[in-house]
Amino acid sequence: MTRLFVVLATLVILLALAALMVGPADAGVAASLRALLGEGGPLVLVMQEIRLPRMMLGLMIGASLGLSGAALQGYLRNPLAEPGLIGISSSAALGAVIAIQTGLAAAFALALPLMALAFALLAVVILLALSGTRRGDTLTLILAGIAISATSGALTQLVLNLSPNPFATSEIVFWLMGSLADRSMTHVALAAPFMGLGFLLMAGLGRSLDALTLGEDAAESMGVNLSRLRLRVVIGTACVVGAGTAVAGAIGFIGLVVPHLLRPFTGHRPGPLLWASALGGAAMLLAADVAVRVTLPDRDLKLGVLTALVGAPFFLHLIWRNRRARA
Amino acid sequence: MTLLSVDSLSVSLRGREIFRDVSFDIAPGELVGLIGPNGAGKTTLMRAALGLIGAAGQSSLAALSATDRARQAAWMPQAREIAWPVTVEALVALGRLPHGGGGPADHAAIVAAIERMALTELQQRTATRLSGGEQARALIARALAQETPLLMADEPTAGLDPAHQISTMEVFADLAAAGQGVLLSLHDLGLAARHCTRLLLLAEGRLLADGPPEAVLTPDLLARAFHITAHHAQTPDGPVFQPLSVIR
Repeated sequence: MTRLFVVLATLVILLALAALMVGPADAGVAASLRALLGEGGPLVLVMQEIRLPRMMLGLMIGASLGLSGAALQGYLRNPLAEPGLIGISSSAALGAVIAIQTGLAAAFALALPLMALAFALLAVVILLALSGTRRGDTLTLILAGIAISATSGALTQLVLNLSPNPFATSEIVFWLMGSLADRSMTHVALAAPFMGLGFLLMAGLGRSLDALTLGEDAAESMGVNLSRLRLRVVIGTACVVGAGTAVAGAIGFIGLVVPHLLRPFTGHRPGPLLWASALGGAAMLLAADVAVRVTLPDRDLKLGVLTALVGAPFFLHLIWRNRRARA
Repeated sequence: MTLLSVDSLSVSLRGREIFRDVSFDIAPGELVGLIGPNGAGKTTLMRAALGLIGAAGQSSLAALSATDRARQAAWMPQAREIAWPVTVEALVALGRLPHGGGGPADHAAIVAAIERMALTELQQRTATRLSGGEQARALIARALAQETPLLMADEPTAGLDPAHQISTMEVFADLAAAGQGVLLSLHDLGLAARHCTRLLLLAEGRLLADGPPEAVLTPDLLARAFHITAHHAQTPDGPVFQPLSVIR
């Protein structure tokens, strides 16, 4: 377990450094690091204002997706659960799309993430009102999440459908693909408090999720408060995913694949999988963001496209391997 | 001193009364079998006594905080859920969660529970790949590892082969002999007659009888509660109970 932690933490640190080094301004490692600390002319601006926030967002969003994916899978006891399941990311995306379409985003830069956050908040209120805090009722939670996702998705398409402005349409389409390009420290500052709250809510759930391996009745008899657990998972996921979508668009697959990939290394225990997935998610998103910059530096390959493009076949491979192991 | 005190407990679910005014105590050293026909409310009674579902009346366990209750009573539900393919050892270790887990006392409790349920050979195996009976034993070991004064289990012997049914009942009898209290719901009246120190008969929406097996497994009560006749005899090898026919 300690070895897994060391491996993942080292990977995250190396990828974070790589994320700081890669970019069109081709500077050496030493010069880049010096610039990060404030010496070296124009490179200082590149490092501090462009690459550092991009790296920090990659780290924060990746960890958020990994952690919330692991928490949801543990809570629902279903390896197919992922952060998008409860509808927060699609409703946050709807908020952002409306901000772009109405021109609010052009008039005021932070209108987009703020609208996305507002819609994420609205979605979580609807979700909790629909599914309540009743113990044992995971099906209602999933169904409510699907209903919210479907509604937000339909409304997003309606906006695109009726959009009279092709530029806004293409901007929306590109935004929906998810990206960390051209984000600033303001984005970091906007997302950080929500993500911090989400991490606080979810990081301590390990023991409860472990106990839930035995089913809800046994877990409750061992002192787990199921209503509180549900609230913490739902609100925690909403915080991190809502904030992540608000600043970077929808980035899929990480929350699904990372817990799945790391589960065998934690002995399939949902508790230790929480921190392992947070580290693994950060590593995977940083790697993906380095990859989009290295593979097609001039074409602005979108992050969400790459994660799905690499994630889906990889997931197929995992399923294939699982199937053979079971046969 | 009692480990569990239930007083005038009544439960209605969705407007249907399951049972009313059930009262009993469980003292250290008792191995109590809860018997009754299908649908009598045995599981509901145990869950209400634990405070897992709402009920009218009093139960000493339901009055405790969740943490205190987890240190007072271990509960093994009938649904044998193992959600993830963890090892048997990791599964048993879950029983230590209410105590903190990870310390030397926790380790000792896990090892003892695994030995007691004869799972030493299986402890590194994946719990979800075991047979149903082996899973049941692993889950009983989990409840034992919780090391609570009171152990409650719903149909713990269902699906076990005869040897493991008997040895599991003997494990419970040993626990009771060592001063713990055990409450089991049982369908096998033969096991109930041979191993329990006391039986609770739940039928007709109330506690129909409460006493030693020979006082509960009478022809009258068996006919009323189960609609069966049975052969019940004291032999040099202990009591023998065999259901014979259905009364129509």
